Parts: sequence; C-alpha cells; structure tokens
Amino acid sequence: MSIAGTILRSRAVAALTSPHGVDRYLEQINPMWAATEVRARVLDVRRETGGEHPVATITLQPTGTWRGHRAGQYVQVGVDLPGSRRTTRCFTISSAASLPGESIQLTVRAQGEKRPGQSVSRWLVERAQVGDIVHLSQAEGDFVLEESPATPTNNHLLFLTGGSGITPAMSILRTLLRDGYDGRAGRRVTFLHFARSAEDQIFATELAEIAAADNDVDVVLRHGSVFSEFELRRLVPSYAATDTWACGPAPMLDLVREAYADSPSLRTELFNVASVVPSGAAEGDVAFARSGKQAANTGTTLLEQAEALGLRPTSGCRMGICFSCTATKSSGTVRNVLTGEESSLPDEEVRVCVSAPVGDCVVDL
Amino acid sequence: MSTTQNTRATATSSATTDPVSGKVPLTAEQLQAFGEEMDAIRQAVLADLGEADAAYIRKVVKYQRGLEVAGRALFYVPPAWPLAVAALSLSKILDNMEIGHNVMHGQYDWMGDPGLNSRMFDWDTACPGEQWKYSHNYIHHTFTNILGKDRDIGYGILRMDEDQPWRPYYLGNPAYAFALMMLFEWGVALHDLEVENIVAGKRKLADNKPLYPRLLRKIRRQALKDYVLFPALTGPLFPLTFAGNAVANVVRNIWAFNIIFCGHFPAGVETFSEEECLDGVDDKGEPVETRGHWYYRQVLGSANISGGPLFHIMSGNLSHQIEHHLFPDLPARRYPEVAQQVQEICERYGLSYNTGPLHKQVGSVFKKICRLALPGRGAKAAEPVAAQERIAA
Repeated sequence: MSIAGTILRSRAVAALTSPHGVDRYLEQINPMWAATEVRARVLDVRRETGGEHPVATITLQPTGTWRGHRAGQYVQVGVDLPGSRRTTRCFTISSAASLPGESIQLTVRAQGEKRPGQSVSRWLVERAQVGDIVHLSQAEGDFVLEESPATPTNNHLLFLTGGSGITPAMSILRTLLRDGYDGRAGRRVTFLHFARSAEDQIFATELAEIAAADNDVDVVLRHGSVFSEFELRRLVPSYAATDTWACGPAPMLDLVREAYADSPSLRTELFNVASVVPSGAAEGDVAFARSGKQAANTGTTLLEQAEALGLRPTSGCRMGICFSCTATKSSGTVRNVLTGEESSLPDEEVRVCVSAPVGDCVVDL
Repeated sequence: MSTTQNTRATATSSATTDPVSGKVPLTAEQLQAFGEEMDAIRQAVLADLGEADAAYIRKVVKYQRGLEVAGRALFYVPPAWPLAVAALSLSKILDNMEIGHNVMHGQYDWMGDPGLNSRMFDWDTACPGEQWKYSHNYIHHTFTNILGKDRDIGYGILRMDEDQPWRPYYLGNPAYAFALMMLFEWGVALHDLEVENIVAGKRKLADNKPLYPRLLRKIRRQALKDYVLFPALTGPLFPLTFAGNAVANVVRNIWAFNIIFCGHFPAGVETFSEEECLDGVDDKGEPVETRGHWYYRQVLGSANISGGPLFHIMSGNLSHQIEHHLFPDLPARRYPEVAQQVQEICERYGLSYNTGPLHKQVGSVFKKICRLALPGRGAKAAEPVAAQERIAA
C-alpha cells in the first residue's frame, strides 16, 4: 500500500482526477481502496450486554489510509441509516493502541429510541453485519496515555469512569497490559468504574481476569452507586496528586471536578453532550437568515433549535469536535455549552451543535 | 440547500379579489391557493425521499465515472478515437448536468454523503462550483426572468427579450449566440465577472478581484488535465488525445447550451419587471412577492422539452425546467413524476405550460435570437406559438 499510496496521493494523480479527487474513482471499484479517506469493513459484532440499551463490541478493519490511534482516542463513524441518511457520530476506540492499517474495536451502547437502525449506535449494535462498510475519520482527541507502556515507572495512574465512559480507559489499560513487560502494567494502576447495575457492566469477564491476575492493576467496580470523594479518598488518599483520567456522564464529571478542585493531574472527557440542559432563563429570538425562520430562543443549542424549526443543517458529531456543522453567526452572543465561554463577535464561525444563543441571535442557516 | 424560497413565506397579499397585476390572470386568493398546491407537491416528495433517490444518483455517478475512465483509456487505441470522444463527451455531459448541476443545487444534501454534497462538489468544467452556486442558485433562481435582475436573460451578451432596448451591437446577436454555444464552458466561467455591468459602469473592475484566484485555479486545473497531462500520457498520440479532449468539451458545450437556452427563451416564455412581482406586503409593510406569485413566475418563466427517459437524464432533467424552477432542491429524477400534477394544476388555473420537443424549442429560440438582432418590439403578441402547447386558453 505504501508505494501505491504514495502514487495515489501524488500531485500528478490529483491533477488527473481533478476536480473530484482520486477517492471518488477508487470507491467505484472497491470501497476498501482509498488514497486519503478512511473507511472500514465490519469484521465482527459481539454483544456485551442486553436490555433496552444493549452494548456491542464491533471489530473494524480500516482501509490502508488509517494512521493508527493512541489509547484513549475516538473516531467519527458515519453510516448510511435507513432512508440513505448518512449520519456521523463519535465513538471511543476500546481496543489497545493501533498502528497504521491495523484493525480496531469500538464498544458501543445503543442510544436513542428503540427503533432498530434509527441512530448510529443502534445501527452499529443491532444492524451491522460482517462485511458492511462504514466511514471513518482519523483518530482524534487528546484524552490519551502519554506514558510509554514499555517503560516501567513508579507513576500511579488512576482511572475514574462511569457507564460507557469506560471505553477510553479500557483502551489505555489494554495498551498498558499488552505493551508492558510480562503482562504487567509496570506501574500502579487503579481502575474505578461505576455502572448502573451488574447487568450493565461492560467488559465484566475481562475486568475480572485483570483483577485476578498479578499485574499491578486494582480494579474496583461499583454497581448502582454514584461517585463520592469519600470513597475515592479511601482508595487513593493522594488522589489529587495522582495522574487521573476521568470519563463519564456530566453529573459524575461535575463531582469529580469538584473533588479535584484545580488539580492539574485531572484529565476529563465528557460523554453524551448532545442534549444540553439550558442554563438560566432563555431570552430573545433566534433567527436563521438563509431559511427565513425565526423563533423564540429556547436555550438549547442552535442546532437543536434549527432542527426544531424543520431545518436540516449539515452536522456530524453533535459534540463540537468534527466542525461539520460550522455556520456563520452574523450577530448576537452565543455560549459554548462545553466550556461556558461566551462570544459576541459579528460574522463569527460557530459550531452550532455546541453553541447556545444568549439573547437575540442571527445565524446564516 | 437552495436559497430561493425564503422570506416570502410570511408575505401576505395586499389585494384580495382583484387580479394581482396586469399580467396575472388570477386573483390574489387563487394565487395563494395555487402556491399552496405547489407547496403540497413539494412536501409530498420531501417526505418520500430515500433509498431509491440515493441509489439512482449513485448509479448515474457510477456510469459517469465509468464513461470517463473508458474515454480516457480508449485514446490509447487510435482507431477507437471516435468512441473515446463519445464516451468522454457523455461523461462530461452527465457530470455537468444530471450530477453537477443537481448536486450543487443541494438536491442530495439530505443524504449526508460528502461526495454528493452541494458544499463540497465541484464539476468537470471551467467554472468553479462555488462561484456558480451564487450566480445560479441565488441570482437566477430567485430572480428568474426579472429583467435587470436575472443575469441569465441573454447572459449580458445577447438580446433575448423585447424589453431589452435595442442597440446596434445586437445586430451580431446570432453570431454571439453561436460563439457562446461553442465556448459555453468559458461563458459560464466568466459570467460572474459581470463584464456587461463593468462596461455600463455599474460594477467596478476591482469588484472582480476576489473572484480571480479561485477562477484561475479552476481554469488552470481543467486545462492542465485535458490539454497537457492526459494528452502527454498517451505519448506519441498527444495531438489526437488533445484534439479528442477539446472535441468532447465542445460537444458538451453545444449540448448544454441548447438544453439551457430551451429552458427560458422559447417563444411564449414571459419576463417580468421588478415592480410587477411585488404583489404583497411583509410584516413591516414593505412590498414583497408572495410565494404564490413566485411559483407563478417560475411556471410562466420556464419551458420544458419533451422526450424519452434517456433524453431527460442527458439533459440533467432540465428538460423539466418548469418543475426544476418550482422545486430546485428536489432530486431531479422526481421531476417527471411531479410534472403531471404540475401540468394538471396549471390547467385548472388557466396558466400556460410551455413544452415541446427539442427541435421545436431550439427552433423557436433560434428564431428569437435572429429576430431580436433587429430593432423593434411588439412582435411578442404576433409571434406564432408553434413551439408551445397552450394548454389553457
């Protein structure tokens, strides 16, 4: 692939295939051939848990264009949902760090209404068949393990996860154990996870094996309880000075942040930001200039308000990372729902999926 | 998405029972009802979009890419030169019309496929898609056939309407039209520089500056591909391949020109003044065009070409120009199926629905080009309506 890839990505081939680009031709022959785009073939779908929101692990073989991933990163996954609507969402890679071209695993909880295949996660968990093709981005995100697993250190590593937030921590843990010496993590690791119930526990068997083995890893699973500073202090007295990766739903992360105050040891990643609870009273009107639609500000994100008015603006991850929903805000103030940052610059490019209007706002959609 | 149909939704008509203006044979209420019937067709199709539409456009793309690769490859076999030119011509026609024009209208944006998205797509012609989308999707589709607003009336070069004042320059009308036909790709590319407005002093040369980099980049890429790289790749056959690519581009030019000129210029197609389109008022009391009148103008300002399914595909379904102008952002493959309903509705409201076979529509356009080369007006009423079927009296 490397020589072929170099040729396919050359300026000469780009000039010959202008304006469409070489991938638009290659995909007609074989969807697994690509020069720059990343797609993947489903190799395996394995159910992890059942119930209303089942979880499955999907093994994907990416195209040769996949540059690999660092443990803890996520990837955008686009699938053609019924009715030919390609929809893209982000999923954390749960398998250990991959090299270019290597296969990866996603562990996905089916979200949304119980209509098979009507959301990306439901499609992946309930519809995906071996051989299906999905569309990927390169791996993204900096919620990653910075240390080399191959070099034993005396740094204590702490993982605090809730629900599906276990996946990036699992990828990091698997990488440590795979690449460490003699199946050991090579440093002290505390893995504290909160699941709704024992039935909802993802990776239960594997975690039990890790807990039982002599590998420097302490696995603590809590079912039905919520995170408390008290419990964390008992497990890891010097937690605030310990390198920590926390990933889970927003209420849990709020508690974690409170416990850590401003400690630089804490890294967090939020899950499920799609539906944001409006903070404070929503005021003013939101106008979508291109479509001529206008309504009272409901306080939710611009994307949700546009969709509520029947618009279908381009969007992707719906969590502020893929930038496909970027639109021009011609006037007004918006608040970034992830950071709380407000900005009032005219003709500003904003990601409508994570921007909520504060008062009157005009957006070119 | 198309930008054509906004801001009018809230407009209400100022008059209620009197005919809206001198030209409109409908009362304001009828016009509103007419608009609502059109909206209903649009909603029904929107609700039904799905896999069949996606499969269709992907199949057309597959054929286009296949024809393109076949065309490029056949240039290595000198006796197959005519076949190579034919394949490449077809590829360029499909690329520009059924794929490019329609994809860039946002007809397939709902699929979420970046390869078929109006914001990403660019076509195999000299005009950068980004630039074309503004002048076509916005200016032409919003201000269709409004004299002085729609720069597609004569493209700033030709006299295509009696209400364009005659100047001796227009004696060359047929010659300019022929030149535009042969060089259509370049005409489209340079259209946005609005040379006629610069000559008239309405636009400054400096206004064009921001357009140059993108335009030059696209022209350079198109020329490099068709006139340097692919000919060079065929080695000693360079001149043959060069000529073949040029012919394919010209074949596409001639075809596109004829289809497009039949869309708005056959006899019987109406033009409008800005004032007569303002039949309603908005919330603030400003005069605006109602949605019903906008639909009305699209029907009266466009003409169809009748033909078989293959002909419709090769014309990018612009043979259903009326339906395209009514619903520019619906997938073009839906136009034939809604055409019957549109025609029936027009009949009921007594609106003419201009259609005819290609040779008649082309003949009618050709006659108009020649007639308008000469001064004089008033010929509009006397013009024989050979090229159209007047459905309603």
